Amino acid sequence: MVKMVRKALTTNYAVAHAAKDSDVDVIAAYPITPSTPAAEKLAEYVANGELDAEYVHVESEHSAASALVGASAVGARAFTVTASQGLIYMSEVLYIASGLRLPIVLGVASRALSAPLSIWGDMHDIAPLRDAGLIIYFVSSAQEAYDSVIQAFKVAEDPRVHLPAIVDYDGFIMSHVTEPVDVIDREDVLKYIPKKVTWNTLNPKQPISIGTVGDPDYYYEFKYQQQVAMENAVKVAEEADKEFEKMFGRGYGLIEEYRMDDAEVAMIAYGAHAGTARVAVDKAREEGIKVGLIKLRLWRPFPTEHLMKALENVSVVGVLDRAMALGAPRQGPVVKDVISMYASDPSKAPKVASYALAIGQRDVKIEDLVAVAKQLDEFAKGKEIPNKTICIGLRE
Amino acid sequence: MTLPGWKELPEGAVVREPGNTVTISTGEWRVFKPVIIDEKCTRCRLCWIYCPDGTIIEVDDPNAPLGKRYEVDYEHCKGCGICWKECPVNAIEWVPEER
Repeated sequence: MVKMVRKALTTNYAVAHAAKDSDVDVIAAYPITPSTPAAEKLAEYVANGELDAEYVHVESEHSAASALVGASAVGARAFTVTASQGLIYMSEVLYIASGLRLPIVLGVASRALSAPLSIWGDMHDIAPLRDAGLIIYFVSSAQEAYDSVIQAFKVAEDPRVHLPAIVDYDGFIMSHVTEPVDVIDREDVLKYIPKKVTWNTLNPKQPISIGTVGDPDYYYEFKYQQQVAMENAVKVAEEADKEFEKMFGRGYGLIEEYRMDDAEVAMIAYGAHAGTARVAVDKAREEGIKVGLIKLRLWRPFPTEHLMKALENVSVVGVLDRAMALGAPRQGPVVKDVISMYASDPSKAPKVASYALAIGQRDVKIEDLVAVAKQLDEFAKGKEIPNKTICIGLRE
Repeated sequence: MTLPGWKELPEGAVVREPGNTVTISTGEWRVFKPVIIDEKCTRCRLCWIYCPDGTIIEVDDPNAPLGKRYEVDYEHCKGCGICWKECPVNAIEWVPEER
């Protein structure tokens, strides 16, 4: 059995630890709340010799991402952490990293976007990146964050994929909360993710140009290649998770089903609130409501087949979204994916109720989600679902 | 001409043949073109140094003063005018393109 050491780590520290154990070569980071402790911890690892990496002190997140593009383009295992405005500022370069097919990995401690200024957690920062060509994991515990960073390198660097990847965790609710985390020896991690450069890199012995122009005769084909890589990533992520489980004894799946076997209604949750939803499901079950939970772990690529199968026997599904999608038919990034899964055959679709919650880290209590379960049950029994998003915890 | 499909194109739009921009004609972009007046030219080489695209060509010519002559690669000169601006002896004229 592989040797593990149990440590008390916040998710920020777990993510930094995972990057260290993945033996990253280059880190370029510009600290931003709530991801700052992860950036600091990585700097500490490099300073005290625990990690042999180049730590680039950049002047902005845009530069951080740009430095990592350069690092990855010469074959380095490249990593950063960021959040909120920093992620949005990076986003221009992240599209480029994806187009250049560079397997950079990022930890994102998700936080609201200004204005009004909010340093608190929600998913407004990650939401707009859904179409950027990045693999996006939502994690729900420090352990899952640690394991997912390592898995993210595995998926990102796979020759069938070659795309950047983000491991997204809740600002504060996870980033600053200490949990027990079993960490793996670097030697064993590197057996799982051996350092092998399979992507196109700059090499004086075999010169290539990176960052070229794609005119109307060519651009489309390159975008389609990214889409194919995304489609491949579903299978690759599943394989990576299974191999991880085989080696280290922990697996998560692309979605995690909880009490779904006989469920008539279901909730879809992601991030830290999946934990709250799990307790709420137990409580609602005690009251006779046949509710189940699906924790969405992989958001991009979207695990469409897995979700459709999990929802096969469900009449109503409530999607608990953590960001507003202003002006859209429904106020959430994930609910739109859930609805569009059924676009070609709506007869297969459960009814979909859209919920917004924890916006700007508005507190969500277990009772709030028990109330959601009860409401879903009422919808299943014929009560009309509002043709808009239901905002939990919003003052009138 | 049939263009390659997505399966045939290299990942990440990399170009595997370095220096292949010489095969792409960018001369059509010009509105004005530089014309070197050889009699005025002192062979100072400033146009050759300043040209951002390497389109001033230094030609060995035993019959020319100092054994050199300067020509413009009109296939690739984009007509930026830097050579014309930098020439200290006004040996480069700036002539409207007529096509």
